[in-house]
This record gives sequence, structure tokens and C-alpha cells, in this order.
Amino acid sequence: MKQIMQWLILAALGNSVAIGAIIAAQPDAARRAELIDLLKQDCGACHGMRLKGGLGPALTPDAIGRLSIETISATILHGRPGTPMPPWQPFMSQDEAVWLAGQLKAGVD
Amino acid sequence: MRASMKSLFLIVWLLVMSSPAVAECQLRGTGDLALVIERATGSAQVIDTTHRRSLFHIDGLGDLSHASVVYSRDERYAYVFGRDGGLSKIDMLCGTLVKRIVQGGNSIGGAISQDGRFIAVSNYVPGGVKVFSADDLSLVLDLPATAIDADKNSKTVGLVDAPGERFVFSLYDTGEIWLLDMLDPAKPKVTKFTDVGRQPYDGLITPDGRYYIAGLFGEDGLAMLDLWHPEKGVTRIMDHYGRGERKLPVYKMPHLEGWAMAGDTAFLPAVGHHEVLVADRNGWKEKARIAVHGQPVFVMAQPDGRRIWVNFAFPDNDTVQVIDTESLKIIKTMKLGKGVLHMEFAPRGEAVWVSVRDRNHILMFDTRTLKQLAELPATKPSGIFLTARAHKTGL
Repeated sequence: MKQIMQWLILAALGNSVAIGAIIAAQPDAARRAELIDLLKQDCGACHGMRLKGGLGPALTPDAIGRLSIETISATILHGRPGTPMPPWQPFMSQDEAVWLAGQLKAGVD
Repeated sequence: MRASMKSLFLIVWLLVMSSPAVAECQLRGTGDLALVIERATGSAQVIDTTHRRSLFHIDGLGDLSHASVVYSRDERYAYVFGRDGGLSKIDMLCGTLVKRIVQGGNSIGGAISQDGRFIAVSNYVPGGVKVFSADDLSLVLDLPATAIDADKNSKTVGLVDAPGERFVFSLYDTGEIWLLDMLDPAKPKVTKFTDVGRQPYDGLITPDGRYYIAGLFGEDGLAMLDLWHPEKGVTRIMDHYGRGERKLPVYKMPHLEGWAMAGDTAFLPAVGHHEVLVADRNGWKEKARIAVHGQPVFVMAQPDGRRIWVNFAFPDNDTVQVIDTESLKIIKTMKLGKGVLHMEFAPRGEAVWVSVRDRNHILMFDTRTLKQLAELPATKPSGIFLTARAHKTGL
């Protein structure tokens, strides 16, 4: 239920509000480095260290660029039921997930 | 100006001469060598496990974020299966890349056939298995997996070799096990077993080559095929081992590699539980469950069967636990640093090598005293593969 509420809230947010939140809530440099490391090492366990896919789908801009930041960050935080994608909420805040989603859409080296 | 040019030449000369890339081939046996995968840099090291030193550094192996290795029967050549579909043949005595092909878009692992003629690779993209000549890596067979939509086939996982020049693997998306017979490579035979269970994520074969077992992600339990009696089909073992209990989110898939066995007791990782499963091989029933530090990734028995070594998924991947196989008690918990990714035993079991990704080293432990014996530098190391695997079915 909580998850559905969060999805609804996210869906209700306008794009401009979301973009404002991204700029306002950018994690600091040390935390950004940690999140990128987590992305490559631990998300990379299923999606590949270069994010080109594995048991999980590719996370390159080609593959997920069409998805909104809201969708991507909600997937990161809550996982995808019925698939092996777990919720990463215990390991990052919503702002951090939004930042990471932006990185994914833009492409991570 | 002249002097500085001279010193520049000297520096370049020193760099060239000290580079392991120009090291000469070794005149020695290969039985105590190992290949250590450096996942972030797409490189590998050949190490001498007797003298505990690095012999060669090999670059240009592509994306090794997931990688595995099999060996030629003479233990001279290593075949490295990379994430990016790369298949690389490495000369262990010369430290050189003999040949590299990119045979698929995305792979998970491979196997070498019983007589060493064929290398099979398990691919996610395009979903299926390809078989190559071990000699020159030329394509022998392209076997697409079951289609799941117009342009996609099921991912294949858990590919192992089996006696009789056969390969066995599982289809992740469609819940199948396929048995591929390469005895006559001109007429390969495929036997398909369907509805084996939801989302098989990996597989293993017992060292005698008789039982193929696939772990299931989508449900509790394992699927087993008796290769002495394939006509009996696939049966379910350890059914519903976690029934009624809430499964935890899984941050890294367990690996079924080799066979953790002590006497008649088998040890397996429980998916989504902080537990090691203990099964009685006679009847394949659950005997016990051992509560451990996190979700197990590798559950490996020492070659003497005396102890089980376990590493764990994120966020508990800084820990190794050692379990006594008689009492089923944890006898030691070691914190070795973030990213303990793999463990490999010396063939006779006196030592174990452990990779610690974020510490940039591999460690060697005495399996009797559990004391550390050596530490070798390696860049973001993951898999450690000893050449002794050349002579083991399923490895």
C-alpha cells in the first residue's frame, strides 16, 4: 500500500517540480562516488558492471532513456515484484535514487 | 637536450623491460598455476600458487564484470568467458592472449567437453548456447534457446559438461533443462526437459557427472536430472525449503559451482534466506538449515569435506564464514573487506584462495589453522581459477 502511495505521489509530481528536486537534493561528492560504485559493483552483479545487461536488463541510455526519472527512481527504490530486482530503499534515500536515475538516463561512464 | 633524450630513452627502455608483457614463456608444469580475474580492468593475472607470486599480467579481455574460466586438458590454456560475449584463450605458460572472439552480446559462462574438443558458451544475448572448437575457437554449433518473443530467446544459465561428450544447461526464462549430446558433432542431439521450475538461475553437476541440479530463483526447491536415467525426467528436490517464510530481497544471485559435499551430506545456498541448506544425498531430503551471516553466494566444501566456506551477497559481502561439517556449527567468521567475491581451494585442500575486491588483493589461508598465509596484489579481483579444474567434471 505504501508502495502504491509512493508511486501515486511520484506520478502526481510535475516534471518541473521533479527537476527542481533533482538540483536541490544532489548528494555531495563523496556520496555520489559511493552511489556510482554501488551502481557498478552491486547493481552491476545483475546488470553488468558496464550496465549493458546480464540476468537483468541493460541500463544504458539506449535501453532506458525513454523512461522517466520517476519511473526509474521508483524501480530502484522499490524493486520490481515478480522479477529478481530487489528494493534498494535500505541503501539510499529517495533524493539519491532520483540522482542515480538522472545519471542512468544521461549515461554513466 | 641530448642528456634528457638519453634519460628518456632509458626510462622507456626500463619500462619496456620491466613490463610482464614481454616476459618469456616459462619452462615448467602448470599444475599449480591459477588465473585471477581483475573484473574492473578486463585483465587477468597468472599466479604461481606454490611460490605465491604473480607470473604474468594479461590485458584486453573485455568486460569481465562476470567471468569464468575452464582449462584445456593439458592445463596449458585457459578459456575465459566474459560478460560481453568475449571468449579468450590464454596461454598460461607464456602469459599471452592466443585468441579472442566476441561470440555473443552477453554471456554468463561456459564449459569444456569431456575429451577437451569443444568449448560451449552460455549466452543471455542472443539467448542460447554456442559450441566452439577448443583448438581455434571456430564455431561448431549455434543452438538458440526457446523463443520468448519475436526477437528474444530465453537466457541460458548453469552450463556444465557431462560424461559422453554432453553439455547440460538451463533456460532461465522458460524453465527448461536441455541436454546437448556432441558425440557426433555433425549430428548434435538435444533433449529438452520442460516445466522444471520457475527461473532456474544456475546449475551444477556432481563430480561423478551423474546428477545435474538447477537452483530455482522463482520458487523454493531445486530441479534435478539423473543423467544415468534421463528417461525418468527432471525431479524436484528440497521442495519448498523456505515455505511460508518471507523471502528476503536478493542483492546477488547465489552461484552453484562444484559440489559442497561431506560424506553423504550436501550443502547448498538458500535463495533469499540467511541460511545454508543441508541435504541428505540419499533421498535428497532436507536434513538441516544453518543460520549464517547473510545470503550465501558460494557454499564450498574443502576437498577433504571437513569444512564448508561461505561468502555472502551485498550488503554482507565483507564476510566469510567457515562451518564444521560434523557439528554444523560456524567455527569462524572473518571480516576481510568489502567484496569477498570468490574462494578457490588448492586441489588437495591444504589452502584456500579468497579474492577481496575493494582491498585489491587476494588472500591465501591455511585451511587447517585458518591463518592467513599470503597476500597478493590484484586490481578489483573476482574469480580465482586453479588449473586443477582441467580434470574435474563440471568445472
